[in-house]
Amino acid sequence: MEITRKAIDSLRIEHITKRFPGVLACDDISLEIKKGEVLALVGENGAGKTTLMNILMGLYHPDEGSMFINGEKVHFRSPNDAFAYGIGMVHQQYMLVPNLTVLENIALGYKKAWNPLKLNLQMVRDRIDEISAHYGLSVDPDAYIWQLSVGEQQRVELVKTLCLGAEFLILDEPTSALTPQETDELIALLKKMSSELSIIFISHKLQEVKDLSSRVAILRHGKVVFQGNTIDHSSSDIAALMTGHEVNLPQNDAPACTLGPMLQIRNLKVKSDRGFLALDDLSLYVCKGEIVGLAGVSGNGQKELAEAINGLRKVESGEIVFDGVDIANFTPKQVIDCGMGYVPEERNTEGIVPSFSIKENLVLKDVESEKFSNRTFLKNSVIQKNGEDLRTQFDIRSPNIDIAAGSLSGGNIQKVILAREISRNPKFLVAVYPTRGLDMGAAEFIHKQLLQKRNEGVGILLISEELEEITNLSDQVAVIFKGKIQKVIPASEASRRRLGILMAGVEDDEQI
Amino acid sequence: MTFVINILSLGIPFSVALLIASLGEMFNQRAGIFNLGCEGMMAMGAFLGMLVPYLVGQGSYVPGYYNYLGLLLALAVGALLGLVFGVVVVTFRAPQGIAGIGMQMFGVGTAGTLFRHFIGGTQSVPGINVAPIPLLSDIPVLGVLFFNHNPLVYVAFLMVPSAWYLLFKTPWGLKVRAVGTHPRAADSIGIDVNKVRFQALMVGGALAGLAGAYLSLCQAKMFSDGIIAGRGFIAVALVYFGHWHPVKIMGGALLFTLAQALQLAIQGLGIDFPYEFLVMLPYVMVIIVLAFSRKSQITGPAALGKPFNREIRA
Ligand SMILES: Nc1ncnc2c1ncn2[C@@H]1O[C@H](COP(=O)(O)OP(=O)(O)OP(=O)(O)O)[C@@H](O)[C@H]1O
Ligand SMILES: [Mg+2]
Repeated sequence: MEITRKAIDSLRIEHITKRFPGVLACDDISLEIKKGEVLALVGENGAGKTTLMNILMGLYHPDEGSMFINGEKVHFRSPNDAFAYGIGMVHQQYMLVPNLTVLENIALGYKKAWNPLKLNLQMVRDRIDEISAHYGLSVDPDAYIWQLSVGEQQRVELVKTLCLGAEFLILDEPTSALTPQETDELIALLKKMSSELSIIFISHKLQEVKDLSSRVAILRHGKVVFQGNTIDHSSSDIAALMTGHEVNLPQNDAPACTLGPMLQIRNLKVKSDRGFLALDDLSLYVCKGEIVGLAGVSGNGQKELAEAINGLRKVESGEIVFDGVDIANFTPKQVIDCGMGYVPEERNTEGIVPSFSIKENLVLKDVESEKFSNRTFLKNSVIQKNGEDLRTQFDIRSPNIDIAAGSLSGGNIQKVILAREISRNPKFLVAVYPTRGLDMGAAEFIHKQLLQKRNEGVGILLISEELEEITNLSDQVAVIFKGKIQKVIPASEASRRRLGILMAGVEDDEQI
Repeated sequence: MTFVINILSLGIPFSVALLIASLGEMFNQRAGIFNLGCEGMMAMGAFLGMLVPYLVGQGSYVPGYYNYLGLLLALAVGALLGLVFGVVVVTFRAPQGIAGIGMQMFGVGTAGTLFRHFIGGTQSVPGINVAPIPLLSDIPVLGVLFFNHNPLVYVAFLMVPSAWYLLFKTPWGLKVRAVGTHPRAADSIGIDVNKVRFQALMVGGALAGLAGAYLSLCQAKMFSDGIIAGRGFIAVALVYFGHWHPVKIMGGALLFTLAQALQLAIQGLGIDFPYEFLVMLPYVMVIIVLAFSRKSQITGPAALGKPFNREIRA
């Protein structure tokens, strides 16, 4: 592998065009990146960033255009060709086989260890140790992927890519699923790495772009609409160039509401997939017309809480009183029928049916309702109209609403889920990382929608790792730590620093 | 006691065709391909396996190596059919269930037609005989049970640890498991998903062919139209039963055939009991065990039955 390696001094693409049925994903894109540079690639959801990167990796073949490495024309037929040049990519949707261990996942690409009669796992293990030590990235080689949190999987992806010898890194929204601390660590690490490696970095968070990149390119509707040096432009300039207007994230400044309780969770005990108590005697109250932000480092029980409320996880003991009814251990359908809305963390497996069309996904929870069906037949024209309306309202970027939802870009899939859950007029909404992977304009829109729902009297449990999102939107902030609510404080008192201390498990934060 | 020994010594060789075929099917399914055509591949293997020694001997003495030539031919034709199946379901992405039924009908039909053309009526071949293992076969009880069989019986049971090793300890096995669970991830790391699936189909097909030849050369020592008798479908069920794991699949194959041997033995006792119910016994047992075994959620190949297309995201 290493023998054939040619170091990349410059990588240039010219006039790359890629079409999908009904979509011009990349439209005559030309870009260049030199050794040691960090190029930030930003743009709205569906702008074509992922598609372009898949072309660089040899996964997609461009319809037009060519690629040059060190001035020489190259043609990649598969990722192996990209690997041969030391190009490696961390995909937006992690490419890890869930029922294999970390070690096996990395071995899958580490051809040096492929003795045909025996997989040399020790060699892979040594390589992981070497990379971990060099970059200070620790992973447990023997853990199964399905046991890992998203943040841990992200780290595995990075280690995997580095183990395979990547010197030219493509990172497609690497921070979108990370906690603030993890993000800070990753950015610091990438900064350090950028002295040795070239990086293309895709992100919707402009602070990261400012921190890390030397150059920035903006993509809109498949076209490069702007390129420049990062230091010459402020984040708000870039945001404006990206969305075409000023972005102002809304704030929750309405008076605290007094409409009475909507969701009362008492002494909840729930087990995790691995069998230990993920929620240990957790109690939490949310009123009507109130947003409670649940802050915490991921893996402290957020996922289990959301699943328990929605009937997706067995409740060992305790109660979940929703509008006067104890819904603990109800089936998901019963919970939905009680008026619960849910934006799950796993958008592709839990949020949508990828092979169903967009309009079908938009009515997934209501196919039996009178609105979309009579007793026997679906009301297709109503479903069609519902789909069209929501597509316009939520700005879902797709050629039409009949294509499979799975073919949408990551951020647009998220918009489909949000459109469905918000438009169903729930009494309560559990929103897990609702703006993960959304571009700034879309995040702004979703924030406005959530606040509007709140003002209409809907209770919202907002689970997020973005402290800014939590403090902007919440009335109350509850900090979760090791399956318990550490403390509940009014959002006005929730400074970044204070939340950070609470999230780290310190109970009596006022002492510090 | 002798009753039990009889059942066991009958059941163990009976299980071999199922065992080999379901190990083959396991490789198919581990790679994400659902092969319902196993029955047809077995039928072709059964016919071609016995054709070589039949043509050479025409009933008289046949040098032993012609039998093995028959086995090789069965392996080869099985692999070839696996390749054909691959063209249909991997290259052209045809629905696997339908294509499998097609393969089953093609195999069973072709084998039957060729049989009538080349052989005609019931003709037995000397086949491959029992080869007791010196010394070991003299051990009381154990010798009869484990060391007094056809060579292929030993081979089949050695295949179980070999299949385990291949699947879990070699790079190829790792690739097979990856393309059956998350082909997109395998693709993104430079593995040729379709190539691995073709390879798995050829291995699976070869084993199905061998399983068929075991029936005609070792068990029945003849070919007839219904020789496979649904074993190809049972093999598919056994793969689920055994949760895609060679050792558990072996357990399933043994359980099934021991139940079959048991019902035969009970019939032999001459008890006044409708024999139809006894014949049902092994099948009912498999259904019951399948129904009550906990559904495996994470070990099964998640991409089973789904064709892979890099540019289609859904
Ligand atoms: N395999 C595919 N089949 C059909 N359409 C596709 C496919 N891949 C991408 N598209 C379409 O191409 C466009 C660009 O998608 P892409 O995933 O590149 O966007 P993106 O910039 O990465 O967005 P996001 O920020 O949401 O990840 C979208 O309209 C998407 O629906
Ligand atoms: Mg993307």
